[in-house]
Amino acid sequence: MIGAILQVVLVVAGAPLLVGLMRQVRARMEGRAGAGVLQPWRDLRKLLRKEAINPHGTGWVFRLAPLLLAATALVVTAVVPLVTTASPLDGVADLFAVTALLALGSVALALGGLDTGTAFGGMGASREVTVLALVEPTILLSVFALSVRVGSTNLGAIVTSTVNDPLAVISPVSALAAVTLAVVIIAETGRIPVDNPSTHLELTMIHEAMVLEYAGPDLALIEWASAIRLTVLLGLLGSLFAPWGIAAAGAGPVALLVAVLALAVKVGVLGALLAAGEVFMAKLRLFRIPELLAGSFLMALLAVAASFFLA
Amino acid sequence: MTGIVTDAAMSTTLITSVPGTGSAVTGLADPAGAAGASFVLALALCLAAALVALVLPGRIRPAAAGALTAAAGAAAVVAGVRAVAGETWSAWLPDLLPLLGVRLGLDPLGGVFLAVTGAVAVCAAIYGIGYTRHGLSGRGVQAALPLFVAAMLLVPAAASVSTFLVAWELMAIASLLLVVAEHHKRAAVGEAGLWYAVMTHLGFAVILAGLAALAAVSGGDAFDRIREATPSAAAANLIFLATFAGFASKAGIVPLHVWLPRAHPEAPSQVSALMSAAMVNMGVYGVVRVGLDLLGGGPAWWWLLVLAAGALSALYGILQAVVASDLKRLLGHSTTENMGLVLIGVGAAGFFAASGSRVLAALALVAALLHVINHAAFKTLLFLAAGSVLHATGTRDLDALGGLRERMPYTTGLFALGALAASALPPGNGFVSEWLLLQSLVNSLPEGGVAHAVTMPLAVGVIALSAGLAIATFVKAFGVGFLARPRGEGAANAHESPPTMLGGMLLAGAACVALALAPTLLLPGLARAVSGVVGGTGDPVTVAGAATLRLEGIASTISPLLIAAWLVAALVLVLALPRLFAARRARRAARLWDCGAGPMTARMEYTATSFAEPLGRVFDDVLEPESDIDVTPLKESAYLVERVRFHARVPDRIERRLYEPVLAGFAVAGRAATRLANGSVHRYLAYGFYALTGALILLAVLT
Repeated sequence: MIGAILQVVLVVAGAPLLVGLMRQVRARMEGRAGAGVLQPWRDLRKLLRKEAINPHGTGWVFRLAPLLLAATALVVTAVVPLVTTASPLDGVADLFAVTALLALGSVALALGGLDTGTAFGGMGASREVTVLALVEPTILLSVFALSVRVGSTNLGAIVTSTVNDPLAVISPVSALAAVTLAVVIIAETGRIPVDNPSTHLELTMIHEAMVLEYAGPDLALIEWASAIRLTVLLGLLGSLFAPWGIAAAGAGPVALLVAVLALAVKVGVLGALLAAGEVFMAKLRLFRIPELLAGSFLMALLAVAASFFLA
Repeated sequence: MTGIVTDAAMSTTLITSVPGTGSAVTGLADPAGAAGASFVLALALCLAAALVALVLPGRIRPAAAGALTAAAGAAAVVAGVRAVAGETWSAWLPDLLPLLGVRLGLDPLGGVFLAVTGAVAVCAAIYGIGYTRHGLSGRGVQAALPLFVAAMLLVPAAASVSTFLVAWELMAIASLLLVVAEHHKRAAVGEAGLWYAVMTHLGFAVILAGLAALAAVSGGDAFDRIREATPSAAAANLIFLATFAGFASKAGIVPLHVWLPRAHPEAPSQVSALMSAAMVNMGVYGVVRVGLDLLGGGPAWWWLLVLAAGALSALYGILQAVVASDLKRLLGHSTTENMGLVLIGVGAAGFFAASGSRVLAALALVAALLHVINHAAFKTLLFLAAGSVLHATGTRDLDALGGLRERMPYTTGLFALGALAASALPPGNGFVSEWLLLQSLVNSLPEGGVAHAVTMPLAVGVIALSAGLAIATFVKAFGVGFLARPRGEGAANAHESPPTMLGGMLLAGAACVALALAPTLLLPGLARAVSGVVGGTGDPVTVAGAATLRLEGIASTISPLLIAAWLVAALVLVLALPRLFAARRARRAARLWDCGAGPMTARMEYTATSFAEPLGRVFDDVLEPESDIDVTPLKESAYLVERVRFHARVPDRIERRLYEPVLAGFAVAGRAATRLANGSVHRYLAYGFYALTGALILLAVLT
């Protein structure tokens, strides 16, 4: 219970720092000084102090969308084993439910984008939903591959079994599933090469086009929820394929502290790697993205086949 | 069955009732026979509604017939729930039909479908009171609707082949009458009716052939008799294939689905709801009843065939839905998808049962039945809401809708609820059944053979892809149809529906919410329905602690109620927390970002077609969208253009490849045959003479 609360607080407070870290890594590698790791928190503070805006012609869906996005992000944070495998919410939602909750958040934002009635909103929503529709099967198949060995799709069970049997990580099933999930996480969080989080060019943007009309506290909520989603997904990748340091049920304060540090290191390293990769890569053309996702879908299918034939 | 009829001539009506304990009680009024009594009451109310519709004047006809039909639906729900609870009932009415009589019986499996049909009928009938007041209050339509409901109640209660076939045909004819109810308004209705009539009767013919053969090899017409008989493998294969083709066409399964996206949109909306939420289920019921129950399972390849048909339908249906821009057509395609998902569950159940894992088979079948129930709830809601939109705006074209959020607030909210359920996202009800279905497939690997290893990942991939595309479909339907600003005249002048229509939708919406939050209440009943068919031992799904679903032999758990509760708690938190830090200033209205080019118009909005364009492009190998550009130059000059017209449509490829050649062949044959009939009486007399002589010669040779 304490572990779960600690995990939520850590992710909620640390997610903007992760985004700051990634921007800083990019800046340094591109030869800029960068704004510092704390900049996202400063941005959030600034946005929260501004007044909320109701663009003409928008309604309750537009105002509900950021709230729903943030709420799903929070629930997912409480479910996924990042600091502890003994979250009280572990039996409530399994990996399928986590995927679906994340999709619910994306859907809410897409509807918010459509509700504005602008071409940008519609375009962003259409592209986001297209990517989402193609990401969904890949995630579910890699969940399938990971759950075969354990006989359960509950995240706590999967992570615990990997902790008990560390060699399982270097099996082909695990490797294929890890690559698949990495591609999917990049697509889901809108990073290069699927989407560029720092673009505002109408021909290329996906996520930014949807949220173009949001301002003030609403925008703060969206930015913050997006940072949480990125953190949770990177943390999940870490927990599934490098579950060391995670506190088991009934762990003492020292174990929890170790778990917190391990999480910070894992997510930080993964984030820095992702940022470094983005420096050397350009965004894909929109209609090349399905090819990337089809490739990852194929790998997920291979992972499932491998999990059967190598079992 | 106890109290067997010994002398058919003596007894006119004999109804026996067997409660769970086994002591036989005869009679209608006995409380122990409440399932049977409510069932008979439901049928009687349907007949009363039909009579009332024929007798009463037009002004009060919709209200009276609708109220009686709704009461009949409620009685059917009671009968179905009692049957699921374990009360069985059977009746033999030997004088009602010549030769074989009518045999009725209720068991838990039939009870599930009976209750679903009844519940859909309640919503549709209440909704119909307001919906049919203008233009649809004629005697024929008002009387056909209760008869259609009665026929659908009879199908799952039929306990002999002849009764089943009569009920099936009655259902087809009554629904056909309702489909063509608006034929004088639109030419498309007539065409849809023709497609439906032909397809449903071809389906009936193969079911008739299959079931007649089944009765013949079993030496009896009653289902009890057939269960005991063991037909030879070849006969069983033929019977299963024939009946499966017929039932699949009723369930809108690819490639026999072509009537569905025509007939469901063109029917009046409450009829669309009945057809799409209740009638298609009868196809599933038929497959389960004949394949798993009467034929007792059969070889694995039957069920792999069912699974493949289901997977193909799920993918093809949702791909057509995602590019459809007609709201009701989109919902029709989504029905094909959902029936495909159900058949994946049924196929998996049969396959597991054939390979000996009874627990998994029971789980897959429970998932399939739960999806039937969930689909009925949200599809009723969606079709009724689409009917309200049609009623208010006069159009079903998503490209001309939009901006209904302020004009029809209740309908918008209810459609959103249905769309959430249909896109299988938590906390909607569709998520629970898809989760169960995925669990039954995912966990079959360790004990299965190579066939499992090939089929199950593909099936999971298909379900996952269709789930993703369903999200896109319903984001489009809701986002483009109801949000933003109106794109057409009709949508701009829309108004909220009358209270009876809202009432019907509210009931369906309440059912969706109840199913989403407390699916645990249904599971014991479903487990009972399933155990009678696949013979599983114990409950495949149990409920533990705070409404958590726990599966037999699988360590995965989920709690729909708690997910919803935590989501609400998180919503409250994110609503409250920023308030503490944020500036307490009122929300300010502002212009939308229009690139500085002046006010935005509705023509600049994304439409349903443009929304689906990227997905259409991703799947263009499958969908083969067609587009062409007509350029009309001015008369004076070839260089000045008067008009440029762009057409884009996504044709149904299966229809084009499979049906159009056959239809063209018939047309050619028909034209060729006109030469035989040129109007000359002498020629016709000669035909008669030659035919008679030919027959006589043939007889002479044969005898």
